[in-house]
Order: sequence, then C-alpha cells, then structure tokens
Amino acid sequence: MIDATGERSCTVVVRDGVVAELRADDDAADADDDTVLDATGCVVAPGFVDLHAHLREPGHEEAETVETGSRAAALGGYTAVVAMPNTDPAQDHRGVVDLVRGLGRRAGLCEVLPAGCITVGRAGTALAPYAELVDAGVRIFTDDGTGVQDPLLMRRAMEYSLGLDMVLAQHCEVARLTTGAVMHEGRCCSELGLPGWPALAEELMVHRDIELARLTGARIHLLHLSTARSVELVRRAKDDGLAVSAEAAPHHFSLTEEELRGYDAVFKVNPPLRTVADVEAIRAGLADGTIDAIATDHAPHPAEAKERPLDDAPPGMLGLETALGVALAHLDMALSDIVGALSWRPAAIAGVADRHGGPIVAGAPANLTVFDPAEEWQVRPAAMASRSRNTPYVGRPLRGRVRHTILHGDVVVMEGVAQR
Amino acid sequence: MKHLRSIAEIGPGAVARLLDLTDHMVEINLRPNPKVPALRGRTVCNLFFEDSTRTRLSFETAARRLSADVMTFAVKESSVNKGESLRDTVETIAAMGVDAIVIRHRSSGVPWQVSAWTNASIVNGGDGWHAHPTQALLDAYTVRQALGRTGGFDGLQVAVVGDIRHSRVARSVTEVFQVLGADVTLVAPATLLPPATDVPCTDDLDALVGKVDVLYLLRMQRERMSEALVPDLREYSARFGLTPARAARLQEHALVMHPGPMNRGVEIQVDPAELPGAVITQQVTNGVAVRMAVLFDLLGSGSHDDMESTA
Repeated sequence: MIDATGERSCTVVVRDGVVAELRADDDAADADDDTVLDATGCVVAPGFVDLHAHLREPGHEEAETVETGSRAAALGGYTAVVAMPNTDPAQDHRGVVDLVRGLGRRAGLCEVLPAGCITVGRAGTALAPYAELVDAGVRIFTDDGTGVQDPLLMRRAMEYSLGLDMVLAQHCEVARLTTGAVMHEGRCCSELGLPGWPALAEELMVHRDIELARLTGARIHLLHLSTARSVELVRRAKDDGLAVSAEAAPHHFSLTEEELRGYDAVFKVNPPLRTVADVEAIRAGLADGTIDAIATDHAPHPAEAKERPLDDAPPGMLGLETALGVALAHLDMALSDIVGALSWRPAAIAGVADRHGGPIVAGAPANLTVFDPAEEWQVRPAAMASRSRNTPYVGRPLRGRVRHTILHGDVVVMEGVAQR
Repeated sequence: MKHLRSIAEIGPGAVARLLDLTDHMVEINLRPNPKVPALRGRTVCNLFFEDSTRTRLSFETAARRLSADVMTFAVKESSVNKGESLRDTVETIAAMGVDAIVIRHRSSGVPWQVSAWTNASIVNGGDGWHAHPTQALLDAYTVRQALGRTGGFDGLQVAVVGDIRHSRVARSVTEVFQVLGADVTLVAPATLLPPATDVPCTDDLDALVGKVDVLYLLRMQRERMSEALVPDLREYSARFGLTPARAARLQEHALVMHPGPMNRGVEIQVDPAELPGAVITQQVTNGVAVRMAVLFDLLGSGSHDDMESTA
C-alpha cells in the first residue's frame, strides 16, 4: 500500500463507503467479506485525480460523453476527474456545471468535477461569475483550449479570485505567436513544411502569469507545461514562495516532435510535442517537484476529425487509460512520488483532498485504486472505453496497469473490467 | 518506386534513374507524333484541391503522351468544406479503379495521409509548404541539360532566393540539388527562412550573385506584406530581386531559374528574354518529360519497348 504517509503491507477492509480497518498482512480474508479483490503483487493507492480531462459533454458527444470518459477514467485508476469547461455551451454558469456533475453522478464511475471558465464563453472579454460557481462546488477555473490573452483581464481575474476558495488555471499560449501553428517550431517543422508553434508562446504567458500572481497574491495553476524554460520559470517562482502549481501531460514526457514525421494528426496536440531536451526538463521538473501533478489532457476526437489535413485537424490525444502505464514506463522516479503526482498532489490542487488522495486509514473515504506496477502491456484502441480512438501509444510498451478501482466503496473496475 | 511524395523519400538512386529516363521522354517529345503506348490501360487521376493550371496541364499532357487514361478532379475547397471529407473523396476515386493519383493540396503532408487509404501510387503535385518533387526533378533536369552535367552536380553553386519558409519548391529544389552534390545557399531575410535549417543561409545576395552557377528565384507572394514578413515589394525587390546591376554581375554560364508564375518587376527586373542564362521556358518544357518519366517509373512495365511510337 502506498499513500502520502509511506509504504506498508496490509489488507484493506472497506465497508459502507469508507475504509473500515487495516488488517495485518497475513490475515486472510474474513468469511464475512462479500467481495475479495486479489491484490497480489499490486499497489493499493488512493484513487488518482486528473486535473485535466475533456469529457466533451454537452456539445461534442460524438467524441466523448461524461459516461464514456468516466469509464476511461475508472479504468485508468482515477476516482476524480476535473472536466474542462470547453463544452458547448461552456461551463461558465451554474446550469451547465450542475448538468455535468449530475451526468457524472449518474454514470457512477468516478467523481466528475466540472471546471469553471475564467471568462464568459471562454471569449476572453468578461469575467465569469466565480462566486456563483464556487457555490456550486467549482474549485478550478480555466479557459483551457485558449489562454486569457488580455493581461488586464487576467489581472482582474486574479484580484477578484482572492477571497474565494478557487484556483485560476491558465492554458499558457500567446495566440498571436501561434496563429495557424501545427507543431513545435524548430528543425522538424522546418523540414516538414508545417507552421511552427514556438516555445516562447507558452513561456511568455507562464512568465506573465507568474508576475501577475506575484503582484496580486492570487493562487494560480499552470496547465500542461511543455518546455524546458517553462519548468525553469515555475521552479524560480516556487523558490520565491509564490502560490504557483503546475502540471504536465504524459505525452510531454514520453513523445517528441519527431512523431509528426509521418504526418499523422493523432500526434497533433496543444501544446505541441517538443524536443528531447524539453521532454527531459519535464521529467526533471516532475522528479524535483517543480511540476506538482501528472494531468492527462485527455482530448478525445472522432477518427474523421483526425483524418483531416494536419493544419485542419483538431489538437489533442487520449490519456486517461494510459497515463499510469506511460508514467511508469518513462519516469525515473520513486513509485511513491509517481503515485503522489497522480493522486494526492492533484487532489490538493483540485480542492478534493477531503475525499480523494488522502491517507488510507480507518474512516477515510474508500476511493482507491489497485494497480500492478510491473505489468507490461500495449494499448488496443478498439478495446478502449473512450468513445474516440486517438491514442498516440499504439505499438508502444507501457508498464503498470490498473486492476481494480473503488469509488465510495463500490468496485467500479474489477480485474481490469469496468463494472458499469 | 511505389510513390513519389518527396525527393528525400526516394533518395539519390531514384533521382538519377528518373533523370536518365527523362532523356528518353525528351526524345519522344521531339517526335512528330509524341505519343507512346507505354501506359495504355492505366488510369491516372489528377486530384487538385488547389488551383494550378500549369502543373495540372503538365501532368495531363504527360499522362496522355504515355497513352494513359486521365481523370481530372479539381475540387473547390469550399465544396469540400461543406461536405465530403478528404478520405471519402480519395476512397471514391480509388473505387473507380485508378493506378496513380496526382494530388495537390494546400496542406503539408496530405500525400502521406492519402497513401494510407488507397493502393494507388501517389504522386505529390505539391503539398502546402512542404514538397513539390516533380518541380525539383524538372529543375535538376534543366540544369543537367543546360550545363551538360550528366555526371552529377558536384561543386555546383546554387542560390535559392526568396520566400523559402513558405515554399514547397524551395524545400524540394534544395533537396534535389543537394542529393546531386551541389552546394545550396538560401538567400532571404530571416523572416522568410525556415525557423531552423542546416542549409547555409544569407541575406546578402550581392555577395553571391557573381559566384553562383544557378540563381533560382522564388515567387514572392503579395500576402507576405500584410503578414509583416517584409516591408514592401519595392524593398524586397531592391534587396532580393534580379536587378540589371546584379544580372550584369552573373557569370557567363550562370543559369537563372524560376518556377513560375513570375512577378515581373519584383523577383526579376530584367526581361528574361534578354538574359542569356534564363532557362525558365525550358523548365516548363522539361516539366512534361519529367512527369512522363515519373509516371512511367511508377506504372510502366519497365520495358523501353513500350516507348516506341504508336501507329
């Protein structure tokens, strides 16, 4: 068993949605237990928390629904998922937020935590009603998909957020520098004749928002960092004691721009796959804690969208079902640190530490995952729970696979199979 | 060779083979009846998602001279946006039974995507900013013919001038000249160069113009002005155009090339007809022969007997 307090061996007994007791390792299952899950060779951990998933409902149900996305999440070991607000209509008012949360409850596979928008309609011009949304249980606010371009508006957003129990999460991209961009700007895009996405477009906004946070005292979270300089900027901000957190996506510590050489739009993602040096910097940032969390940026798209010409195809790749397998295959970190980056550290950022990611002790909510850290496997797109198939990991060795997931004491994934 | 999508992909051996084959095609084109049965019964589809009368006519002529059946499908982008996807268009055409698809598209990489959806040979007729391999081959052939360099281009000094960044011609031409052994220099302001490249670059045309064997001028598009890539055409022309003063400094044997269509007074301020080294018309003529060679290589029997004239 691994949680924030350390590692030990024991048998976990769950009753009425909470951890009832921890039995010494050699105690066999009790005759009263009605479900016994084999965890031999496995790690029992607090359920994972994804800070960044696009569940697409309402508005883009051809790509994913809250139910199919929740199933993918449960299979990936997640018990809570932050649903990005770029739905249609956007999650900028209570009606949509309540809808998405309710769809998550009905699916019953993981807790769906709708994010709110920073600006109305994600249009970058007017503040969304933060207090109303905080009242509705929203803790993370973002215009993800686009960054808030206007520095004055972002300053106001930070100032207005100060008294509220919330965090502003920025998609760092200066849009004027990435017009028409398809892939990382560098040697590869020069050869392929594709418009480049300079690292600077991300770093300028990382820098701007760190300085705005310094000025205002607001708490900010930086989404899907992808460049070495971004990691360095965050490292310095943390050294300065600012309330800045950051996440990185599995594809940014496992894949590079070279993947675009076959012109397969599955590898088009925002921010783009970058260089080997950037991948190494992201890994180092996770290892030293500069980057708090692994977040999937799970972005389903139907096959026909990814078959469009590269400049016309939408960015994004699946992540929920493969995040653990990619992390264990590509990160040279202690297992407990990887689990922390998937579980208790994002749980704290998402404001759900009271029910997700906490230490596994008697009385704690039974949101748990059980995974085999050594299992080598490969993803089969046709067998995925997501409604879409745009995984970049076909044919690539992954290590570590979820066996069981327990949500509020219910077994929602058993032996790698979703139970609902 | 299954496809011709880029010069890099086919490599030096295939380039040399295609150039040798072009010699035969040039000979055919000089006959009173420039038509051979080589591709009788084969069907070539020109699938053009971007306007290009020149390239399309050149491919059509090439296919007809080899007796292939030719379909031309010019797609207005607006109608594609409204309905059918690229994949559906390609699969529909493939279902009619075609042996080769010549495709031009405004987006880089489309020939690679398309080859996953059909068994037909794919010929890249120009994709986005990326590649235009038949243009490169016809340019290489034109140089070989004009300078008598059948044994490769070792030591040949080539300057490619203009909007390299947005030019599929520049990328393919650079590749083909390098494959054949030439030294290529890219000449442009940094705004019109690719973000990163191993090819030597300069913005000083005057330092090069007296030394080059081939001066390759690219078309300068007017929309680049509105994108703040160059201040205006006048300044571009003064720095990177072939002015009379620069033309006077060209070596006697130096060739002046342009892929067309030319902006007279911008890339070139002298009348090409008065430039002894201008081979711009030969480029167009050789375009048909090179495309015949490509189609024959992809679809032909490999037997030169097929290149006897039809009765």
